[in-house]
Amino acid sequence: MSELVIKNLHVSIEGKEILKGLDLTVKQGETHALMGPNGTGKSTLAYTLMGHPSYTVTSGEIWFKDKNIIEMPVDERSRLGLFLAFQYPVAIPGVTVANFLRTAINARRRAENPQDKGINILEFRNMLKEKMEMLKMDNAFAGRYLNDGFSGGEKKRAEILQMAALKPEIAILDETDSGLDIDALRIVADGVNALTGPQLGALVITHYQRLLNYIKPQFVHIMLDGRVVESGGPDLALHLEEQGYDWVREKYEEEKTSIR
Amino acid sequence: MEEKPKVVITRSRRPEPAVRNFAFTADMLPADGALKEYRRHAWETYSRLAMPAATEEAWRRTDLRLLPADTFRLPTRGAFRELAAVPEELLKPLTADRHGGQVILLPGGARASLDPELVRRKVIFTDLHTAEAENPQLVARMAGDLVRPEEGKFAALAGAFSQNGVVLYVPKGVTIEQPLNSLLWGPGVGLAYVSHILVWVDEGASVTYVHESASPDESGASMHAGIVEIKVGEGANLKFVELQSWGRHVWNFSHERVSVGNQANVDWIFGAVGSHLTKNFSELDLAGEGATGRMSGFYFADGDQHLDHDTQQNHLAPHTTSDLLFKGALKGHSRSVWQGMIYVAPAAQKTDGYQANRNLILSPDARADSIPGLEILADDVRCTHGATVGKLEQEPLFYLKSRGIPDKEAERLIVEGFFDPIMQRIPFEGVRARFQQAIHEKTAAV
Repeated sequence: MSELVIKNLHVSIEGKEILKGLDLTVKQGETHALMGPNGTGKSTLAYTLMGHPSYTVTSGEIWFKDKNIIEMPVDERSRLGLFLAFQYPVAIPGVTVANFLRTAINARRRAENPQDKGINILEFRNMLKEKMEMLKMDNAFAGRYLNDGFSGGEKKRAEILQMAALKPEIAILDETDSGLDIDALRIVADGVNALTGPQLGALVITHYQRLLNYIKPQFVHIMLDGRVVESGGPDLALHLEEQGYDWVREKYEEEKTSIR
Repeated sequence: MEEKPKVVITRSRRPEPAVRNFAFTADMLPADGALKEYRRHAWETYSRLAMPAATEEAWRRTDLRLLPADTFRLPTRGAFRELAAVPEELLKPLTADRHGGQVILLPGGARASLDPELVRRKVIFTDLHTAEAENPQLVARMAGDLVRPEEGKFAALAGAFSQNGVVLYVPKGVTIEQPLNSLLWGPGVGLAYVSHILVWVDEGASVTYVHESASPDESGASMHAGIVEIKVGEGANLKFVELQSWGRHVWNFSHERVSVGNQANVDWIFGAVGSHLTKNFSELDLAGEGATGRMSGFYFADGDQHLDHDTQQNHLAPHTTSDLLFKGALKGHSRSVWQGMIYVAPAAQKTDGYQANRNLILSPDARADSIPGLEILADDVRCTHGATVGKLEQEPLFYLKSRGIPDKEAERLIVEGFFDPIMQRIPFEGVRARFQQAIHEKTAAV
């Protein structure tokens, strides 16, 4: 069983420390929600886990499938089974969704076996069609340029489509609910729910409780100032909805003060 | 009179090396034939003109000081027997299952074939020498009609010394279904290939013509100077694909003009992936009312390649339409120059001209210059242009890599996407496949 274990992670961007000793473990088959106010480092964590070059890990460890992946190239992390659903998916003009996905799938096959001739076209088409139906996407979607001129909802659905096609073991969903209306949110959440299960561990990063009405996490974590300060079950999210983040902030500030 | 300032030289500057001149002499001119008069005039012009200097606007960005001009010799008759043979894959048709005809130009020789049915319909498609002997009046009428030797040193050189070339004539009303193909094969070092292509698609005729220039990579230097003159008659239709796959040791110069008549149309496609240095002048003359022309250019330079394309869209008659898109990628230390001009003559009202040049820089040492221009002398016209030079961005690369796509492949995908608008304009799968292959090879190379 795959496990993502983050230990005492410190991360800086342009010399400014954003993550300040973060600990978190996500196992395959579990759904975790990571919540917290804006600017606490949630997206920094997502990008760092995937290996974005702008983020520097100054200390700490990230273990995935018993490998410390801090030095591992981005594409290798993906092929090992890690996935990031982007908050802001990037447009790739001129490259169709189908061409892109086939390239990504073939890159996986070729990493396993350099002699691999690539996925059978018919097999690929059927797979893609099935996943698109699940996400209530029109067939024509496969022929559109990746994220180019997509609406907010289309972009997020395209992220989930990629997740479905690439079958990761641990997926990080960075603010997947942002910019979605209620219908789009429901479709995306249904897609995620269809994929979660014993094969997938999910870390759902969200600012709002709203998404958690549709995606039910077993574990909820609260992040503040670059660290996970509170962890619990689904009731923690409900508590947040009622009380807001102030009580966490107060508690955490008190802690800091008492340490001093 | 002012007093001359006193100049004190404390340190001498290293003198700028001059551009070397060719060592060609009149006794090297091809034997007298149908082009005797034309060649004599071209030779006189050639002798009179100096080598292009960096002070001329068209040559400001393309330096010829390292061109070993004086070392080049013309290939002798039958020279191909001693040189690398034509690779089979260059002889395959790119735009259909089979050719309607093929002309292969070799160093010091040529081969030509044409579908007997097309021969019966009086189509002429052969090498320049054969055409000079068999159709002297036609050849004499076509040569120098559109590209004059006075246009430059290399045009004059090509006019005077073209030891090889292609002549295509499609008679009135003849539609040729199978594409015609010619290949200029230029192996060897120290050689000057000089070619002249003459095309006349007569009234109401229609044809697809693919011409490729190619050679293997060799060490040393060779050169090519060429003229392309194409006339598309009233109501005629031409699809012209030009592929430049010279070896990396070749200095390549060409002057090309396509003249489009009343209600006629040309679809002109360029693909440039080879040569050490290229300076290419391509002009589209929309000479007849309602003429339309589309120019689509694909170039990909790497290593120390230098590709300079000078394009001109001349709207000379009313209701004419031009549409130019050139897209290029650059790697290594390579450099590209695109300088484009839309000219609209005073009488050319209701014209629509478009030009765009887009460049993608893939390495910090590569450089692209993109210089659009408009000269509009009519008042009721629509002309738009755009020029961009962009770098390979980190965010798209990261996004693709986050899906398990390795670095080089991610770069290739982005480059393919960048070129997609050009691919969309090319109606031939074989040509698109050749460009894809170039993208694969050049992005995969270190």
